[in-house]
Amino acid sequence: MKFGVVVFPGSNCDYDTLYALRDVLRQDAVFLWHKDHDLRRADCIVLPGGFSYGDYLRAGAIAKFSPLIEEVREFASRGGLVFGICNGFQVLLELGLLPGAMLRNKNLKFLCQAVHLRVENAGTPFTHRARKGQILRIPIAHFDGNYYAPAGVLEDLEARGCVVLRYVDENGDATERANVNGSAANIAGLVNLRGNVMGMMPHPERASEALLGSKDGRVIFESLILGRMPKV
Amino acid sequence: MTRRMDPKLLQDHNLTAGEYAQIVRLIGREPNLTELGIFSLMWSEHCSYKSSKVHLKKLPTRGENVVQGPGENAGVIDIGDGMVVVFKIESHNHPSFIEPFQGAATGVGGILRDIFTMGARPIALLDSLRFGPLADPANKAIMEGVVAGISSYGNSVGVPTVGGEVSFHPCYSRNPLVNVFCLGLAKKDRIFLARAGDPGNAVLYVGSKTGRDGIHGATMASAEFGKETEQKRPHVQVGDPFKEKLLLEACLEVMEKNLIVGIQDMGAAGLTCSTSEIAAKSGTGISIDLDLVPQREEGMTPYEIMLSESQERMLIVTGQENVKEVQRIFARWDLDAVKIGEVTVGKRLRVRWHGKVVVDLPVEAIVNLCPSYRRPSRKPASLKSLQSLKVPPPPPRLDRALLALLASPAIADKRWVYRQYDHMVQVNTVILPGADAAVLRLKENKTGLALTLDGNSLYACLNPRLGGKIAVAEACRNLASVGARPIGVTNCLNFGNPEKTAVMWQFKEVVEGIAEACCAFSIPVTGGNVSFYNDTEGVSILPTPVLGVVGLLEDVSQAVSPGFKEEGDILVLLGENREELGGSEYLRSFFHLEGGEPPQLDFDKEKRVQGLCLEAISRGLIRSAHDISEGGLAVCAVECAFHSPGKIGFLLELADSLRSDALLFGETQSRILVSASRSQLEALLALAAEKEVKATVVGRCQGHSLVIRHSGRELINLPVETCLAAWESVLPRIFSS
Repeated sequence: MKFGVVVFPGSNCDYDTLYALRDVLRQDAVFLWHKDHDLRRADCIVLPGGFSYGDYLRAGAIAKFSPLIEEVREFASRGGLVFGICNGFQVLLELGLLPGAMLRNKNLKFLCQAVHLRVENAGTPFTHRARKGQILRIPIAHFDGNYYAPAGVLEDLEARGCVVLRYVDENGDATERANVNGSAANIAGLVNLRGNVMGMMPHPERASEALLGSKDGRVIFESLILGRMPKV
Repeated sequence: MTRRMDPKLLQDHNLTAGEYAQIVRLIGREPNLTELGIFSLMWSEHCSYKSSKVHLKKLPTRGENVVQGPGENAGVIDIGDGMVVVFKIESHNHPSFIEPFQGAATGVGGILRDIFTMGARPIALLDSLRFGPLADPANKAIMEGVVAGISSYGNSVGVPTVGGEVSFHPCYSRNPLVNVFCLGLAKKDRIFLARAGDPGNAVLYVGSKTGRDGIHGATMASAEFGKETEQKRPHVQVGDPFKEKLLLEACLEVMEKNLIVGIQDMGAAGLTCSTSEIAAKSGTGISIDLDLVPQREEGMTPYEIMLSESQERMLIVTGQENVKEVQRIFARWDLDAVKIGEVTVGKRLRVRWHGKVVVDLPVEAIVNLCPSYRRPSRKPASLKSLQSLKVPPPPPRLDRALLALLASPAIADKRWVYRQYDHMVQVNTVILPGADAAVLRLKENKTGLALTLDGNSLYACLNPRLGGKIAVAEACRNLASVGARPIGVTNCLNFGNPEKTAVMWQFKEVVEGIAEACCAFSIPVTGGNVSFYNDTEGVSILPTPVLGVVGLLEDVSQAVSPGFKEEGDILVLLGENREELGGSEYLRSFFHLEGGEPPQLDFDKEKRVQGLCLEAISRGLIRSAHDISEGGLAVCAVECAFHSPGKIGFLLELADSLRSDALLFGETQSRILVSASRSQLEALLALAAEKEVKATVVGRCQGHSLVIRHSGRELINLPVETCLAAWESVLPRIFSS
């Protein structure tokens, strides 16, 4: 399995993601420069966290015009695995590869803290090593993580199993209090209908080592590593 | 009298008539307006340290691991394996009052550049913040803006803000303190300095374009605030963290490829400071053409271009043969890298504009010949009555006092602040904000770094020398509590107007106290910052030394956090209780009294307690450790309960024959509260005996109540949840109203 980690000029979790994949999980992983048109034969493209182009306009809004993104879009359309973390998730929404949009957190502040997530769909390439209902403890760090989609879209997402992760409390209940950023239906992670594109606001790369407090994020990467690779 | 001797013009440039006469003598003629502007910046207190230099010399700056002491952008300490840490603290007080968000944001930007200018990748930020009481909406707005500014800049650049301190006092009401610390990691053989190398080398301007923002920032920071300060808003620069990120990556890339000779950040005093300092440090001259400087606005004068403090800019010196390659790398990051001049022989700063020479000055005069003042100092007469405070008798029960302390903003939970900071990016943070010190692992080996900022301004007011010593001792104790040995110090000294004898006396005493303590602990001071003129309408702030101390852990996996780990663990107090309530948070928040003598400090005792804690941690004998400071033993124990995963309570049984409130809330130094499992207790007590440290079993972790008894009498009995709610809700409640 070869991972390609996209580097926008304002990415700042690019090294962290590469570190988790290459140094912690011992995978083949390379950086992909935003100005290139080369995906370097990666099997999974990761859009990391950060502030892609400064995000002064709207998180992820400029990234959609970068040369590399044309390739990512095309790769996804052929069924290639694309995984967006935090700002990467925001970029996927801007690209329309996933539905909906991100609003400012409900308290209008940046939030950096560990949260609990419940795995809602363990049948995706990103989650098949987890159990449905499993609780993961993974940090978030974002200003715009308040997921929004119109009611009809939400119903559709729920009905088709596209909601993969939900903010919950330590007991696994999707309460209002646990929904720190105010997301619709406590949504923390989504997958597209085809199942090859996923976005999540929490940072699994920050929860990959016991020394840093949690290894719960590994299950996402391990699902990718140990899964069947789609033919692209 | 010539036009330029106009006293108003000199006053606008914060220069005295004597200083002006000195300038004329040094350059052999009267300066033109641009030249006057240059002297006004470089001879400002902020850039020249003219009032502090004679005292700062007393600080110990040497040590076997010191690679670079004071005088460069930041200090450098060897941490083994070919790696060094590069760190420094800077104040951004004045700009943060005028425009809290941008003032604090650009404070972060400036300190980051100080670090990566040296060739180091910044890996951690910490902030020490002081505000006036939050009951005043103006102070609330300042705090909200400052925290948002730090958050916005640090988070975007991708450097974690891992710790710091926030404190409150009426003296900071119109004069908040924003001290920002940054630490970076570099290879020992890839440290870059402000050097010009040989004449003929190219001078490159890199980064953002120059605008009119921030003109006179450094002179503004060297004057008191009056009612007209609001009008100084245009003096505050505007930050662009995205540009900073690009600049950081591009600079580190040209350094990694060894393509440059020297580099200097354009921080305070912008192009003026960077060009003249780089030449002065190399014994060369420098010649630049302002028409080549990338400009954001039209019609800028030489005065404006030279004095602008636009952010995210650097000056790079490189051999002519490398100019193209440096430009190629900067272009890859979408940044300008423009050749604006070259290094010359002759030790002069020559600036051309529209074909004319507009500045021609000896660099030595600009950078090194500013007068140094030994300003008169006198102990203020009012101090005696402040120190002789009569403490009221203790109340019979202390539950209410504990709750009052937990609800005091100084002690209350700071999560509202630090959860706005990305404190985990770069995946190194092992101990998160809220503990005694932040701990970072190094990916290169199994060691770790511990970082802390500390300073108690009330102590420093009541006894400046002792306050200086305690600031060092407590910062080192913070490090010992997580298992780290101190390796280097940086300090930020925030004081009032140094032309007041009382302020100068405080300054001198504090510096001497810090010097004594650093000598006693054998830790070098590798740099720092002095911020004078923290006065508003004639009233000075309390003397506020902030110490930033860096520590090393041999094995980061042994780092200890303050939270209790398991019910049944035994609580052991390392150190001795004494009856000391002077300057305590208890007197302040419960009796609304400020005064008395701060607690005493015995270096020998302090070192033995810290030594014991370090040794016990490395032998794996203790499971939690927390330094006893503001709020005393009781607040310390309660915080350990709050930090424990299951919110474990405790029973504390004390027997000392002291007044009960002093025992619970006194801030006697050289004490650490630790917990140990029953099976390790004997070994811990034996080790303490061997190290000649008093170690007393004072209780155990149990249940979900906080119970404190003194000689059998119950003083406190409260559910953990009640106290936790009181502690956690303070800042969120204030800021949601």
